Amino acid sequence: MSHDHAEHDHAHHDHVHHGSELSPVEARVRALESLLTEKGYVDPAALDALVELYETKVGPHLGARVVARAWVDPVFRSRLLTDATPAIAELGIGGRGGEHMVVVENTPETHNLVVCTLCSCYPWPVLGLPPVWYKAPPYRARAVIDPRGVLAEFGVTLPETTRITVWDSTAETRYMVLPMRPAGTEGFSEEALAPLVTRDSMIGTGLATALPIEPAEMPV
Amino acid sequence: MTQPSPSPFAAPWEAQVFALVVSLREAGLFTWSEWAERLGQGIRPADAPERAADYGAWLATLEGILAERGVAGADSVAARTEAFQRAAAATPHGEPIRLENDPLYRP
Repeated sequence: MSHDHAEHDHAHHDHVHHGSELSPVEARVRALESLLTEKGYVDPAALDALVELYETKVGPHLGARVVARAWVDPVFRSRLLTDATPAIAELGIGGRGGEHMVVVENTPETHNLVVCTLCSCYPWPVLGLPPVWYKAPPYRARAVIDPRGVLAEFGVTLPETTRITVWDSTAETRYMVLPMRPAGTEGFSEEALAPLVTRDSMIGTGLATALPIEPAEMPV
Repeated sequence: MTQPSPSPFAAPWEAQVFALVVSLREAGLFTWSEWAERLGQGIRPADAPERAADYGAWLATLEGILAERGVAGADSVAARTEAFQRAAAATPHGEPIRLENDPLYRP
């Protein structure tokens, strides 16, 4: 995911002292930020606050709280599936990129998979920003034509009898999957259930599992 | 492919592009629907394969909208980009790169 983004050829200036380098893309972004700040369109402090918010606060651990609540509270679950945005807001979760969210429920009969075929629309308030593969042409195209093949690449094999429904997120409507509660978690508290909910299980490219998962999956 | 990443951004410039787009949307320069439509067009060039909707595509889409709206034209962006590159070359390694470090800078 972090291939050749910054360092390309820097064969320009040959000089005696050692200056700094900005890659072409870094210099373009600095230029835009500086022009937009001068013209009063953006505030550098607000930009820094936004970056910090999405690097440290907003992420799939929030969606996991929603899922865990739905697993333990059938009335909440029903509200969530009927009208997701206000139900999610009950947990203090919402805002930009999640103005209209729809939650679709996995069952033994139906597995749901979410994609944005146009670009990279994604329910930011519950999942944070999308992973690189979500934005790439192969996933955007193949999720629709060959969802079972895509799931296999993610290590998910479903029974032949399980239907797969693919949901196309847009800027207006962004989908999240309510995964099935893993077997063997009867009696688990909401707090014990939340860490079982992975990001991919809420996109539909994974399943929630009672097996231990890597702690990195749940950013603090 | 499914490994979680500690930061959603692979490089600081990606985070800056993201923050610029969110700020400008909130300043009312465009709606999310307009943004998605423009991004979707930008990653489907007529003469090349479809591209990822990554932050490089965000940057190109943003530059297109800013030029079109008369907020920042291609010439002024190019000139400012060169100014930053001159500023970088004149900034000792490890120090912050400021526009004022450009030898041709005039306030």
